[in-house]
Amino acid sequence: MATWLRRTRAVAHYLRRSSGRPSTSRVVLDRQGAPLPAVPPLGSVGIGRAAGRISPAPFPVFSAKRLESTRAEKHLASVHEAEDDDTVDDDDDDAQVLDFPGGKVAFTSRMQFIAESAEERVPCYRVLDDYGQQIENDCSAQVNEELAVKMYTDMVTLQIMDAVFFEAQRQGRISFYLTSMGEEAINIASAAALTDDDVVMPQYREQGVLLWRGFTLQEFANQCFGNKVDYGKGRQMPIHYGSNKHNYFTVSSPIATQIPQAVGAAYSLKMDKRSACVAAYFGDGSTSEGDFHAGLNFAAVMEAPVIFICRNNGWAISTHTREQFRSDGIVVRGQAYGIRSIRVDGNDALAVYSAVREAREMAIKDQMPILVEALTYRVGHHSTSDDSTKYRPMDEIEYWKMSRNPVNRFRKWVERNMWWDDKKEVELRNNIRKQVLQAIQTAETYEKPPLSDLFRDVYDTLPSNLHEQESQLRETIERHPKDYPLDVPV
Amino acid sequence: MATSAAQRFGRRLASSVPRRRFSSSAAAAAAAATGGSAVQRTQNPSLNLCSAINQALHIALDTDPRSYVFGEDVSFGGVFRCTVGLADRFGKGRVFNTPLCEQGIVGFGIGLAAMGNRAVAEIQFADYIFPAFDQIVNEAAKFRYRSGNQFNCGGLTIRAPYGAVGHGGHYHSQSPEAFFCHVPGIKVVIPRSPSQAKGLLLSCIRDPNPIVFFEPKWLYRLAVEEVPEHDYTLPLSEAEVIREGTDITMVGWGAQLSVMEEACLDAENDGISCELIDLKTLLPWDKETVEASVRKTGRLLISHEAPVTGGFGAEISASIVERCFLRLQAPVARICGLDTPFPLVFEPFYLPTKNKILDAIKSTVNY
Ligand SMILES: Cc1ncc(C[n+]2csc(CCOP(=O)(O)OP(=O)(O)O)c2C)c(N)n1
Ligand SMILES: [Mg+2]
Repeated sequence: MATWLRRTRAVAHYLRRSSGRPSTSRVVLDRQGAPLPAVPPLGSVGIGRAAGRISPAPFPVFSAKRLESTRAEKHLASVHEAEDDDTVDDDDDDAQVLDFPGGKVAFTSRMQFIAESAEERVPCYRVLDDYGQQIENDCSAQVNEELAVKMYTDMVTLQIMDAVFFEAQRQGRISFYLTSMGEEAINIASAAALTDDDVVMPQYREQGVLLWRGFTLQEFANQCFGNKVDYGKGRQMPIHYGSNKHNYFTVSSPIATQIPQAVGAAYSLKMDKRSACVAAYFGDGSTSEGDFHAGLNFAAVMEAPVIFICRNNGWAISTHTREQFRSDGIVVRGQAYGIRSIRVDGNDALAVYSAVREAREMAIKDQMPILVEALTYRVGHHSTSDDSTKYRPMDEIEYWKMSRNPVNRFRKWVERNMWWDDKKEVELRNNIRKQVLQAIQTAETYEKPPLSDLFRDVYDTLPSNLHEQESQLRETIERHPKDYPLDVPV
Repeated sequence: MATSAAQRFGRRLASSVPRRRFSSSAAAAAAAATGGSAVQRTQNPSLNLCSAINQALHIALDTDPRSYVFGEDVSFGGVFRCTVGLADRFGKGRVFNTPLCEQGIVGFGIGLAAMGNRAVAEIQFADYIFPAFDQIVNEAAKFRYRSGNQFNCGGLTIRAPYGAVGHGGHYHSQSPEAFFCHVPGIKVVIPRSPSQAKGLLLSCIRDPNPIVFFEPKWLYRLAVEEVPEHDYTLPLSEAEVIREGTDITMVGWGAQLSVMEEACLDAENDGISCELIDLKTLLPWDKETVEASVRKTGRLLISHEAPVTGGFGAEISASIVERCFLRLQAPVARICGLDTPFPLVFEPFYLPTKNKILDAIKSTVNY
């Protein structure tokens, strides 16, 4: 054993010297080699010790300013010492380290399973308390009046658009809708923290991100009505927005598929040396799909500048997070893949803003993925096809809608800064409501996209089978005009 | 996303499709099999397809303590309400929500089945079955063969709602049956009506082979017919002539049969006698019934919602041409979906409508 140990050590030594990337291996070393903090063995008696040590964050903490914890540094030093000392006693197990692909692993004679969960849940970063009072003061510098008012205005716009479009579906004017109620802060504040160069890979409950980027109410309405000015040419269900000019990839219903795609897009930004990242949004349910795991692992290995923004809203249709995963949410998965992560109060716009801003800076500067888990709640039904009172208690919905409302909380902060008042509020809401109604009316008057759009874009050019099918279809329409809707120009 | 989508059918399509009331040979056969009489048959309650599925699942769980029903959102009754009441009645140990992961659902189902259980896995929409493709194609389908029959996962049944609903767009409308018909080792079954759905689903659950069972979600609430209340099964790999005729054979399955039957009725007015066959099991399929019919009529038309190219109609056409070349009086006609993704606003143009079929019937007969 001792001989093998020495040999592997020599190999790793060589690898480290030739790799020229000591910082990466340092992170790994710490992660692999450090005695596990705050993770007591199953049914362990040493709980007091573990809990007392590093609180509240049980893992090494990173920020853009301070890349390594002192603990990581110390441990690294000790590993180096052990390694360079030729007289190291191979029989002293605690002093031994195994050079293993990926970095040194310390030996221990204590059989210790890593616990299935940490003592305490990972804390949730917030800036505003429930009353919109700022807990620490370093944030207002980042969010000035202009930005704050724009953020608040867009949150309200999102609320009203959702409410009116939802109602339009109920009236049978559009076939489907899905609101972001309760998640306005994640939508708007995360968007505000990005730049227009950053590429967005959405799930489907992120219309606020697109709104922030300047997609107009008219453009939203056009998509939901699938009319001839819908960029998607009426081919997809409502809410499947996409806008090339806003760097916002088109929504696809299959869950989690955008996550590994985001990594590929981020790798392209990396290779092009762009000062931009990709923001991939997804829900708690999505994290169960294979694509989520593939995406995170790829991102870490490819060192891709991508921010994974998980909207943990407690539910995936009727499935509670308890039936979705048994980890401490999503944030803890990051470390398992070698990804820096943070948990943030998704209903605190300032916290979301500063966390995503910081994440963006790290993703681009350090060329690495970052995982942001935003804790929130899906206040609305899953969609217009769902009645969520069938599977969750009303008071739970009420609590999140009233007591934890992200828009109200942010409003209190903006008002406290004297940037907003009741008069502006009434004016804004009336104004937006009118605009949304107008957008719907206008969208409704447009006819549908022309029939030729049925066959276009399957490929870059029309292949012969589609040529043939198009002309056959046109003959059929001539024979049976009554079979076909009048609002589609033939 | 379009959960409970079937509750609101597209205005156009809903109004153009009459309530399905296939003169159900299934109900009669089932009644006969249990010594029931015609009188008994009329006492059977009318059920829609969704409730018929629900009844079959109740029976499956009730009659075999080693049976399980699971999938995304099945606990509270499923987004289409097909699993309502099951968790309450049989407990969370046997009827449960899974994490949102189709490969997990099917892989889990294979393992469960391999240990001698009946695993009834639900994929929320057939459009979302693809993450599970590897588990179905490389695992479930080859489990028996690759082990020299030491192991099998025959207890696995995968249910998935498929097909158009009028407003489902790309990802709530697809008919992916042909992908699975290319996979030796699994069976593919699609029912056309409530009583068929109940009997076929029970057969699938009890069949010692892994099966993909596609449910026509368009018909969940639209199709209503008498469904025998008791436990019965219908044979797999047996097609059924649901309408006899002499001039042309028409083959279809699932929801498309209702459109085809309308075309038959219209053709009848023009003096064309159509024989309509419900294939029911697409893999392995009943060539003999189709062949016998085509030998009689000399003409064949196949219709399905999936894109025409590489659809299962191609397989039927090739097989029948091989067997009946000299009996055919006209080329085989295929009236199917277009070779495009399933479109939202263009859905009425994409679909193989009654009049497209009727035109093809006429041109085939007048060839
Ligand atoms: C591959 C796939 N499986 C199933 C579905 C059906 N489906 C649509 S949304 C959804 C739940 C998603 O939950 P989550 O990721 O938490 O997002 P949320 O709706 O809460 O924002 C499911 C199961 C789907 N769209 N895609
Ligand atoms: Mg969710």
